[in-house]
Parts: sequence; C-alpha cells; structure tokens
Amino acid sequence: MSLLNIFNIAGSAMSAQGQRLNVVASNIANADSTTGPNGQAYRAKQVEFMTVPVGGVQEAGVKVARVIDDASPAKLEYNPGHPQANKEGYVAMPNVNVAEEMVNMLSASRSYQTNVDTMNAAKSMLLKTLTLGQ
Amino acid sequence: MTGKLDNALGFYENALRFRSQRQQLLASNIANADTPHYKAKDLDFGKAMQAAMVNSSAASSVTALTQTNAGHLSATSSLPGGGAYVALRASTQNNMDGNTVDMDVERNAFTENALRYETGVTLVHNKIKDLLSVLQG
Repeated sequence: MSLLNIFNIAGSAMSAQGQRLNVVASNIANADSTTGPNGQAYRAKQVEFMTVPVGGVQEAGVKVARVIDDASPAKLEYNPGHPQANKEGYVAMPNVNVAEEMVNMLSASRSYQTNVDTMNAAKSMLLKTLTLGQ
Repeated sequence: MTGKLDNALGFYENALRFRSQRQQLLASNIANADTPHYKAKDLDFGKAMQAAMVNSSAASSVTALTQTNAGHLSATSSLPGGGAYVALRASTQNNMDGNTVDMDVERNAFTENALRYETGVTLVHNKIKDLLSVLQG
C-alpha cells in the first residue's frame, strides 16, 4: 500500500522541520546570551538535513543529520561596564543573525504546512479508495 | 471468471498503482525541498502504463509464490513496478546547495496526480457498478 508511505514521508519531513524550528527558537531566544555553561557566548546553531529511504529505493523521507554550530566569529560590542567585558572593554556577543533566523523560521513553518497538506491529500485519496465498490 | 475480471479491472489496477507510486515520489520531493543535494524525481506515467499493458497481455510473471510442498498451488502475479520509469526532473533554476526541487512544479504535479488518482477510483467504481448490474440483471 504505497499511499500509506506518504504518511511516513510527510511525517519525517514534519518532524525534521519541527526540529529546525526548535533550533531557530533557541537561536532567537539566546540572541543576547553572553555566557553559557562553558563560560563562552552562545553560538548560533543550524540543522543539516539528509534523505532517508522510506519503503522503496526511490522514495525518500528526510531527517536531521546533525546540528552544527555556526562557525562565524562572535560579534564584539563595546560595553566596558559589562561583567563579561575584556580588557579593552569589548563583550563577545552571540553570532546570531536575527534577520536570518526570522527567514529560517518562515521557511521552516511554510515547509511544515506544505507537508501537512501533502498528508491531507494522501488521506483523502485513501478514504476515496476505501469507498470502492460500495 | 477470474481471468475475465482481471481483464476488466487490470487496466485501472495498473493506473491506480502507478498513480500512487508517482504520488509517493512527489511527496518525497516536497518533503526534501530543503535537503542539500537532493534531486527531484518523477515517474513517467505514460511509459510505465504502456509497458505494464504490454506485460499483462503477454502474461509475464514477476513475482511467484514459493512452493515448499508438492501439494502447494502455484500462483503468479504480474505486477510490474514503475521503478524503471523514474527519472530525475530537469530543473529550470538550480539552487546553490544542489537541490533541484521546484516547489511550484511539485505542488502542481501533486495536486494534478491526486485528482487523476481520484478520477481513476471513480472510473473503477463505475466499472464495478456495471459488472454488478450485469450479474444481478
């Protein structure tokens, strides 16, 4: 029943996009966190998607392969009164680009919605098939 | 009798199977719209259908039941897969990350294919109704 596989495919994409949205939320929430458990400023995180075979050879779902730290350098902000300031008075701020994260958030939520639509279409096709011969 | 029923419904059976396979491929494309290096795939419905009809008229067997006892009945099924007719979609605009999924094309094809699938279901439904009315007089 290959139509049922669409639920697995769209479901895998929904959970992957959900995880991406999670990472975006974490990045935006920590856009001003100058210190973390390791004493360093927060580093923006990005998800990396990869395909996973579902059912046959050709059909592929998606999963988050890994979450990587953004390699761009921390932004230095001049604020001598800050407890985290270095000798020159600069504070290392997180390398989160809020505009980029907002775009990422919109893209993730649109992709999520599209996959919900995919699932709904597959559901109505299956229901239609079940009425055969009645 | 079974052979006659197969003849009557075989065409629709193949059509629905390829439509659902294609739907699955399109769902994969949509799911992987953000995956780097993913190449969009599609099933050539016309070619798959032609090959399937040629195969079914030649009554070729693709899958056979395993017989572990001399008393077992042999049964063959002629259900060719559409795997050979899957090709990568020619893309018009390439992404920087090597992904060739064009969301507009995919959604269009997805909706169109779903509609054609439902049309197929309606056709086979009518066919069954016809057969029933012949049987019941």
